[in-house]
Amino acid sequence: MTRTPETATPDTPVQTPVPRPWEELVTAALLGTDRRTPRGCEPGPRAPAALLDAAAAQTVRRRAGLRPAPAARRAEPAPEDPRPPLPTAAAHRLTTLLTDRPGPAGGGRRGTAPDLMELLPQWLAAANARGFAAPPQTIPALLDAARGRTDLRPAALTFAGPRALWLARLNPDWRFALRSTPGGGTALSGPDAAERIRRLWEEGLFAERVALLASLRARDPAAGRALLTSTWATERAEDRLMFLDSLRTGLEPADEPFLEQALSDRSRNVRAAAAELLSALPESALAARMAARAATCVSLDRALDPPAIAVEAPHECDAAMERDGVTLKPPSGRGERSWWFGQLVEAAPLGTWPARLGGRTPEEIVALPVADDWQSDLLAAWCRAAVRQRNGAWARALLGAPTAPEAGGPGAVSLAERAKLLGTLRAAERAEWVAGFIATHGLSEAFQLLGMCAVPWAPPLGRAVVDALNIARDAGSYPWSFSGVMGLAERCLDPSEAGRLDGLLAIPDEPQDASPGAGGYWAEAFQRLVTTLRLRAAMAEELGAV
Amino acid sequence: MTQQGVRWTPDQVLALAPDAASRRAGGRLATAGPWSEVGSSDEGTVWGLCQGSGGKPYQTVVDIADVSGPAYKCGCPSHQFPCKHALGLLLLWAGGDGAVPEGEPPHWVEQWVSGRRARVKEGTTAGPPGSAARSGDPAAALRRAAQRAERVTAGATELEQRLSDLLRGGLAEAEQAGYALWEETAARMVDAQAPGLAARVRELGSIPSSGPDWPVRLLEECALLHLLDQGWLRRERLPDELAATVRTRVGLPSTADGPPVRDHWLVLAQYDTADARLTTRRIWLYGTETDRTALLLSYGAAGRAPELTLPVGLSLDAELSAYPGGGRQRAALGKQFAPPAPAEMRPRGVTTSQAVARYGTALRADPWLESVPVTLAGVVPVPDGDVWQLADAVGDTALPITPAVGNRPGLWRLVALSGGAPVKVFGECGHRGFTPLTAWPDGPGRAVPLH
Repeated sequence: MTRTPETATPDTPVQTPVPRPWEELVTAALLGTDRRTPRGCEPGPRAPAALLDAAAAQTVRRRAGLRPAPAARRAEPAPEDPRPPLPTAAAHRLTTLLTDRPGPAGGGRRGTAPDLMELLPQWLAAANARGFAAPPQTIPALLDAARGRTDLRPAALTFAGPRALWLARLNPDWRFALRSTPGGGTALSGPDAAERIRRLWEEGLFAERVALLASLRARDPAAGRALLTSTWATERAEDRLMFLDSLRTGLEPADEPFLEQALSDRSRNVRAAAAELLSALPESALAARMAARAATCVSLDRALDPPAIAVEAPHECDAAMERDGVTLKPPSGRGERSWWFGQLVEAAPLGTWPARLGGRTPEEIVALPVADDWQSDLLAAWCRAAVRQRNGAWARALLGAPTAPEAGGPGAVSLAERAKLLGTLRAAERAEWVAGFIATHGLSEAFQLLGMCAVPWAPPLGRAVVDALNIARDAGSYPWSFSGVMGLAERCLDPSEAGRLDGLLAIPDEPQDASPGAGGYWAEAFQRLVTTLRLRAAMAEELGAV
Repeated sequence: MTQQGVRWTPDQVLALAPDAASRRAGGRLATAGPWSEVGSSDEGTVWGLCQGSGGKPYQTVVDIADVSGPAYKCGCPSHQFPCKHALGLLLLWAGGDGAVPEGEPPHWVEQWVSGRRARVKEGTTAGPPGSAARSGDPAAALRRAAQRAERVTAGATELEQRLSDLLRGGLAEAEQAGYALWEETAARMVDAQAPGLAARVRELGSIPSSGPDWPVRLLEECALLHLLDQGWLRRERLPDELAATVRTRVGLPSTADGPPVRDHWLVLAQYDTADARLTTRRIWLYGTETDRTALLLSYGAAGRAPELTLPVGLSLDAELSAYPGGGRQRAALGKQFAPPAPAEMRPRGVTTSQAVARYGTALRADPWLESVPVTLAGVVPVPDGDVWQLADAVGDTALPITPAVGNRPGLWRLVALSGGAPVKVFGECGHRGFTPLTAWPDGPGRAVPLH
């Protein structure tokens, strides 16, 4: 707001003598009436009161005479969100979920109440699947939630829609939204899309450009590549690395010429990234070169009975290998020949091996003995290759039967490795494998594998988990030994399974060797599980998802 | 009236919570899991048994039809009010997915509700609040009032002396004297039974550390305090209304003696401010027929939510009586004719120029007024450097938004709701700017509380 002109511009001559200029009163008050009195005010014992009288009149006068300020320049309004609004019940649910932000006092037993914040991701996924628009007033809370949890960002930003990006430009706390939104908030369609894309690519901030490339690449791989090649030569090395990474999406054989050219890049990291991408294209020339190198190292020794794989690791890493992405120096503690060998096998197309090893299937190949302690190196490299090339047949062979003793097949190098291999299988097959694994080995090593399975869990998997929890309870251990799996089950078990759990809610008779009180805690944990499942069913219903 | 008609929204339920922690805890209990034997009645009672961590479940009951806002009872030992169980139960009920069926209240519910309502009835038939407080000998009451007035006069005279000393030596010296000087003077005003003067004096103490331009603000506040002292010392010569304003500002108690005005009062805003001693709750009501805005004040001990709770967006068919002085803004809630119910009505709005003019006019009746309640009809939140403005949708004028200390979330909700388009905003408009409290979207939609 502004003051009346008389006080706002003290340098203009004052017409009326009676209300003394405010500034003069302030100066006198600051110095004290012993030193200074304003005009028309006698020095002396009455001076302070006279000053206060005048100041009171001025204060009320100034306040009464306030006027609105001139309006600042208005920002562009937020773009329209064409999506339909949320149903009322779902909007209320969202309010409740967003209220349940993790408090400072995180500790304490969880009791039977569900963990609402953990349900936000799937609520968002369901709302996005139905194509609803976020209520505008909830967007700040959504952005705050997404700010603290990177895993929430894609779904939260999709749901929050164009208005979230509009807001993010006004609040530095929400900058991340401009970086991580597919489309970077710029509409990539419409009549002059090509021109706008070109301009944003040439003038945008780095984050905006990465987002632009990623979203364009997802929709139209060729257009993304064309955009990148147009300015490739002038980009900085760090930027080239980031841009190259976005080609991972929609990688296709047509990318090969560009990637092949990037193998001669000035930056070593860019060269390595290009080589990795090329090796994921089994038809590429690099893949063929790697296949040839790898094939010379691995052969079938038919002289042995049964026949075994013989490995002859490379004796040197030449310039051509280095250009194709082989890293020369091994990490400490690792022999350089085995280091080079692993990289060759990892980058060679898996299709190389059946022909090389007597027409055997992947299952037969991984079952072959390997001479001279090379087995673990070879299998580990094949695992990495199966993951990189997303080769389900090899992943299946390396995983082996879930019921195998020692928890897994020939490729069971580590839990993490196994989880990655599972990731290459289709959802149903993955669920079935994990169900089999849990039925044989219990829950203690299942957490990471369960995390790889699609939500909601397929019926056999859900049943396997519930059965295993039941067995763990009967074995007399405490439920918090399984809190990770319990938490997953609350979020991932199909809500229609809730009915089958009713029998578990009662506090069972305590077996003799059970931990004291465990039965009660288990009943509580199962109750929370059932409550959460019911809540999830209600959430889905409110969103109209059947 | 059926339950469906008065079912609240979760937002309105969450507004009852005394703090963020109980909002969270209540939200967690808003699922069918821990509850059994839940139900609600036509008459506005919701009940249930909640399985806590202990053995015996807590009996929780809420009476939302109570004239003074919801009343709660819960078997838990919590000091929070309402406790998380009451909140969870209400949220479950507000969710409206059949989790809380209608039914006959069990005996323990019936007993509490009827007992409570009987007590409330006794209280209201005994006359308007306050008037019965000091019965007994009227002559003695007059004598007490005269004694208190004498003390206040002595306090005001002393305060005048202190202000004179301050202005003689200069405000620059006050900066060095610091807070203690004012605390001691404030304590003297408490002794003089003039809590209004004491609060203003305490306020003075914080001004020198309040950033640039503090001398201007300190002079303004000293001058207004001087004006109040002088008003008190010459109150006999003031018009009645202004004299009543002075008495209220000094801190003397008064009773709502205005004629009861019945209307459908829309709850525009509810927010709490707290100091070390007291939590003060302000509830702004808008009379949809009288086009009047009134303020209800209620108090709670520090750390406890005041008992009167009226969530934004409800409307109550009730009578209000105004307090004397201060432009008759403050009112007391009288008879209520129906439980509060959600309403779609919105208050009528004005432009930014009309809003500041309204503040200017209100200063005539109460020169100490900090702000007036105003609804801006169509304004757009616009960033202007570090601060925000509410700019008229048509025209080129704007009101600065009061620097929002600790209420950034509310401001961002407002900006998000607007999205650069005009919204209707209710708030307090004064010499520091505009404090937004509630907003309505341009199109259809409920009120969005911003505080």
